[in-house]
Amino acid sequence: MHGPTAGYILHDMKRFLGFVKKEFLHISRDYRTLIILFGIPAAQILLFGYVVSTDIKNAGVAFLDQSKDEITRRLTDKICSSGFFTKTGDLASQADIDRIFKKGRTKAVVIFENNFGRNLISRGKGEISIIADGSEPNVATLVTNYMTAIISDFNRDMAGPSAATALIVRPEVRMFYNPGLKSHYMFVPGVITLIMILICALMTSVTITREKEFGTMEVLLVSPLKPVQIILGKVMPYFLLSFIDVIVILLLSWFVFDLPVKGSLALLLGESMLYILMSLSLGILISTVSSTMQQAIFISLVGMMLPTILLSGFIFPIENMAEIYGWISSILPPRYFIVIIKNIMIKGTGLLYVWKETLILTGFTVLFIALSVRNFKIRLQ
Amino acid sequence: MRTILYLIRKEFIQIFRNKFIGRAIFGVPIVQMLILVPAVTFEIREVRIGIIDQDMSTVSRSLITRLEGSAFFRVTNTTFSEEEGNRLLLEDKCNLVLHIPEDFGRDIGSGKPGHLLAAVNAINASAAQLSWAYLNGVIRDFNSELIMQNINSAEPVQSSVININNRYWYNEMLNYKFYMLPGILGILVTAIGFILAGLNLVREKEIGTIEQINVTPVRKHQFIIAKMVPFLIIGLADLTLGLVIGRIFFRIPFEGSIMLLFLSASVFLVAVLGFAIFISTFSGTQQQFMFIAFFCMIIFILMSGIFTPLESMPAWAQKIDLINPVAYIMRINRMVMLKGSALSDILSDIYSLAAIAVFFTVFAVRRYRKTA
Repeated sequence: MHGPTAGYILHDMKRFLGFVKKEFLHISRDYRTLIILFGIPAAQILLFGYVVSTDIKNAGVAFLDQSKDEITRRLTDKICSSGFFTKTGDLASQADIDRIFKKGRTKAVVIFENNFGRNLISRGKGEISIIADGSEPNVATLVTNYMTAIISDFNRDMAGPSAATALIVRPEVRMFYNPGLKSHYMFVPGVITLIMILICALMTSVTITREKEFGTMEVLLVSPLKPVQIILGKVMPYFLLSFIDVIVILLLSWFVFDLPVKGSLALLLGESMLYILMSLSLGILISTVSSTMQQAIFISLVGMMLPTILLSGFIFPIENMAEIYGWISSILPPRYFIVIIKNIMIKGTGLLYVWKETLILTGFTVLFIALSVRNFKIRLQ
Repeated sequence: MRTILYLIRKEFIQIFRNKFIGRAIFGVPIVQMLILVPAVTFEIREVRIGIIDQDMSTVSRSLITRLEGSAFFRVTNTTFSEEEGNRLLLEDKCNLVLHIPEDFGRDIGSGKPGHLLAAVNAINASAAQLSWAYLNGVIRDFNSELIMQNINSAEPVQSSVININNRYWYNEMLNYKFYMLPGILGILVTAIGFILAGLNLVREKEIGTIEQINVTPVRKHQFIIAKMVPFLIIGLADLTLGLVIGRIFFRIPFEGSIMLLFLSASVFLVAVLGFAIFISTFSGTQQQFMFIAFFCMIIFILMSGIFTPLESMPAWAQKIDLINPVAYIMRINRMVMLKGSALSDILSDIYSLAAIAVFFTVFAVRRYRKTA
């Protein structure tokens, strides 16, 4: 056997480029898919920026005022005018509490004891009970904390200035990296991570499985193109599209949320390419184990969406979970990319701080490609 | 009626012929529920704290001892330099760095206020606020201890005190599993039904087998109903499975009526399946359907109130949520399971779900054309 001549390689290259061009045309003709492809990240970013927030606003609260005096009225007003709470009703008896909770709009009930105002002034002690709806524990905790803060504040105002001066340790706080305490700093990196892996894995696995399911893969395989070239050609357009997606998200987060890339942009883009490559090879791997598109979609959507949202540290920090989840999440690539992107984008650190994560992502990519190559060969027998 | 039954049988055979799908329909929810339900918590387990102690006095040391003794904090690093402290935050070794300046102890000893500086990694804003609040609490206790030592009195003087006691109903220990299970179960049931039902119809279009049905006397509504019923049954089976898992492994309380839960889940599933089939009439290929489904599902789920309180959303978003079936079922699931809400409490939600269900199903039937 002679080695391939230069002319042959050139010819081969041209054929490959032709195939890539065909795939590009194929995708760009389907405008619905394109709209969605760019619509998903944009909608997500805006959703997290403007709609969804973990803070408390207008939480429903009902009052069981057994005292009905000047002080309870003032305190009720203070609670309702804080912006955190909206009044959902005045209750007449203990039995109403359960009833109003069961309707679902009320998150907490505040109970003033009998003669609350009189007790507070004459005996120096007044009792308030806050009953929160524990079926939503995060809301319940927040509501109780906010309410306690408002009441303590009210208490301090009543007590006058003498109590406040007793402070001899003065703590001061600086919120690093995110002085405005905005939730975008958490969500933008999370959305990029989540969307990229889902879209990439989904797109690649489906396009390749499609050829298999319809039998057109056989047609491609008997063409002079090598299997590797076929896969590469199918993946190439998506690589480019996903990369544009990343840029769109970064621009949105910069212009809409004032969240620019603090570290090196080139490094961030490089890392994103690595992540996209990793996700695409995961998609290829999924396609080698799926025989129908349904199966590929099921694996990449139903199988991957929830674990990625919950265990990547996107919304819920992994360090607060039980020990074992540290291990489970260590096999999820998004976990590492979130660290990388937060470091470069928000903290502004360089490769020195994320080389470990970068190596792990590279390792995942190699692993996925190796597994796919193995599976692919077996399938062709 | 018999036609529909035959068609439904055909669908079941088709669904379970793919061994993977047949197993995954039940396997994926089981595995994900077992792994994911206990995972999530909003609580902070421990705050890793680094301390820059440039004071090294008895006062600073007793503050550090206090922090070490508290359940929330774990002192991971102590250092003398501020640069080192910054690096701890940068490398994510600590969530919080407390800086005790040189003359802290001297100032307090001489009656002047002593200053402390806390630097918190605030990328996760809510966690940052919470850990700062914890730290503040420890410092406040420390503060009143110092005052007591200074004035040698047994209790701090204060004029009038409002005593606040609080309790959590329906979930006294604030067990997050009780909260997450109905949510995760809802999402899984939605995702499986939505994706499979939609893909199923589009697949027939894409492969061309839909033509074979179209040339038979099967009516439009019969066809659509036969496409929905199998996934309704699968969805309810998954729901049952999830509830059994919740009962056995997580001891989830079940306060309300099971019948009521299944009734609302059925209405909900019809709404979701109707929506899926409605979308599938717009899509020519499975790929197109999948993208639209993915897009809608992410929005449905994020706006459903599973992770974030609905009331915090702006008014216009809450209006959009009126047509989001997942938001209804999240609320209903939690209300019926944890609080024991009765039919009268959730009647308006069920009506809305029913309206959505009827709307999309009717449109799906109308949009479906037997003639190409």
